[in-house]
Amino acid sequence: MTTLIDLEAHLRARRDAGQKLLVPYVTGGLGSNWVNVLRAMAAAGADAIEIGIPFSDPVMDGPTIQEASQRALDLGATPLGILAQVADLDVGVPLVAMTYYNIVFRTGHRRFARTLADVGVSGAIVPDIPLEESLDWTRAADDAGIATVLLASPVTPDDRLVRICERSRGFVYGVSLMGITGERASLAESAGVMAKRLKAVTDKPVLLGFGVSSAQHAVEAARQADGVVVASALMRRVLDGGTPEQVGALVGELRAALDGM
Amino acid sequence: MSAMAEPAEGGRFGEFGGLFLPESLVPACQELEAGFRTAWADAGFRDEYFGILRDYAGRPTPVTECHRLSERLGVRVLLKREDLTHTGSHKINNVIGQALLTRRMGKQRVIAETGAGQHGVATATACALFGLDCVVYMGEVDVERQALNVFRMKLLGAEVRPVGSGSRTLKDAINEAMRDWVASVESTHYCLGSVMGPHPYPWMVREFQRIIGEEARDQCRAILDGDDPDYVVACVGGGSNAAGTFAGFVDTRSKLIGVEPAGGAAIGHGVPGVVHGSKSFLLQDEHGQVLEAHSISAGLDYPGVGPEHAYLSSIGRARYVAAADGEVLEALQLLARTEGIIPALEPAHAVAWLVRAAGTDELPAGSTVMLTMSGRGDKDAEQVMGLLG
Ligand SMILES: Cc1ncc(COP(=O)(O)O)c(C=O)c1O
Repeated sequence: MTTLIDLEAHLRARRDAGQKLLVPYVTGGLGSNWVNVLRAMAAAGADAIEIGIPFSDPVMDGPTIQEASQRALDLGATPLGILAQVADLDVGVPLVAMTYYNIVFRTGHRRFARTLADVGVSGAIVPDIPLEESLDWTRAADDAGIATVLLASPVTPDDRLVRICERSRGFVYGVSLMGITGERASLAESAGVMAKRLKAVTDKPVLLGFGVSSAQHAVEAARQADGVVVASALMRRVLDGGTPEQVGALVGELRAALDGM
Repeated sequence: MSAMAEPAEGGRFGEFGGLFLPESLVPACQELEAGFRTAWADAGFRDEYFGILRDYAGRPTPVTECHRLSERLGVRVLLKREDLTHTGSHKINNVIGQALLTRRMGKQRVIAETGAGQHGVATATACALFGLDCVVYMGEVDVERQALNVFRMKLLGAEVRPVGSGSRTLKDAINEAMRDWVASVESTHYCLGSVMGPHPYPWMVREFQRIIGEEARDQCRAILDGDDPDYVVACVGGGSNAAGTFAGFVDTRSKLIGVEPAGGAAIGHGVPGVVHGSKSFLLQDEHGQVLEAHSISAGLDYPGVGPEHAYLSSIGRARYVAAADGEVLEALQLLARTEGIIPALEPAHAVAWLVRAAGTDELPAGSTVMLTMSGRGDKDAEQVMGLLG
């Protein structure tokens, strides 16, 4: 059995050592190569890796992740099948599952949480469980030692932001803009504000995601935040036929840019 | 307390309902809930709403006794004529309410999803009336089979955006509307067309449709010498015409029957799940992937159902049955020939159950039945013409 890395302790230690955090995303089950993509991301210097468990109706996702999810589903990907594939994978950094609530609900809160723990996945991000609805899941996740990462949005009011930061485990995911996932030409202005507001109320690692599409965006975002989540820009490369090495090289560029700050 | 009272904290109908949405949309839903709550308690708002329904939408709609059909089936059939409203279906009741709220909240843009196009047409109509910008998302399959309504929406000044993802029907139109809303929520109201989605929609839309049941109850009593019908029947897609109808009868002795399409029977064949913002019955596979519904009727072609129907089913207050495409087409023709009323394919499902059940234990001979004729068949004429060859 893979050991469960403590997501928050891991990210805090690296942040406190002066490192900007880089969390790339890969859609689970997208082709026979996806585990190699994950390995390449780890080798290229990811601080943690998000594994997308595809859902038929991803309302928070733009065209790239939608297509990646649909292709994975067409190839027969299943939630438990994807998780089984990471069971013996010791990449040395924590893994975080990202999916939609119906996948968790259908699998069963406790069964899903226990499966994550059994295969060595440290955390979970379920964007369509807001704070008020989180109890059924967080109870099961807490019991299994799974860190539930909550999302904060530019429109989240201040008092609610505080409660989200208190309940979030591992890190706090700041949504950098009002919109769905997908590449953007420039980093949204709301990104910096989001990070500042979060940093003002929490000591937990604060990562910005949504629309972080290039090394330059990553550097800009990490000026205010502790790090970034990058998904669509990497998955587009995968969808275009990029090899694990090529995707790894992209992650390497992001790493180098963040390290050069 | 009524079985169709205000939902519990967080928008719960028993274990169903709730608000399962990304954080970016939560504040807007909370604002909408507060806005609806105060508006609905405000006599001025209600006066304006009921006034528009009367002077513009043609309410109250009549209840028609179907003498020839009754004779044929051996049960006494009354129809609540939502097909006679402006724009041709009950959807107008909901959109007038939501358009008034949009204005009250100071928003200028409205988005909507549509399946059959009736909700899209109603939304486009209300936006024209109030001078609001309107964008309607519609699956490519539905754009094709409901071409007339697409044209009507455009005439009314709305932009129709075809959706090519997934099953290219209602479910995917909702996905796309939600994606728009995440990016536009500060200036845009999402005018959901049925008693589904996150809190407060299932409650709010039911309240805006309650007028169907409240009018019908009084009209039935006038016809039935003060009695209530033995059965009250309505078709169920998301379930708004049924919820509005049931709300008027839930505290009477009437038995409530909701008719789902056989190819999209969320209560009949689904299991609890969460999609589009609330927990309800859902057609899904063992892994939690949502399945595609398959129905002749674009308005019922949806794998989920409003959470309050899941609740009414779970407590046994309403019963949900299904009608298949073939019997629906038969029923549509029967009603046309015996009563001179061409129903939309959606309420033709309710008629199909009536025809099948009449004279059986499900609906004994001599019973009285009130059926909500939720819309007229004009929009389906071309599709039905093709199907009947
Ligand atoms: C005439 C008519 N009836 C019923 C429906 C189904 O919606 P609901 O179940 O919300 O009443 C539609 C939807 O498009 C419709 O156009």
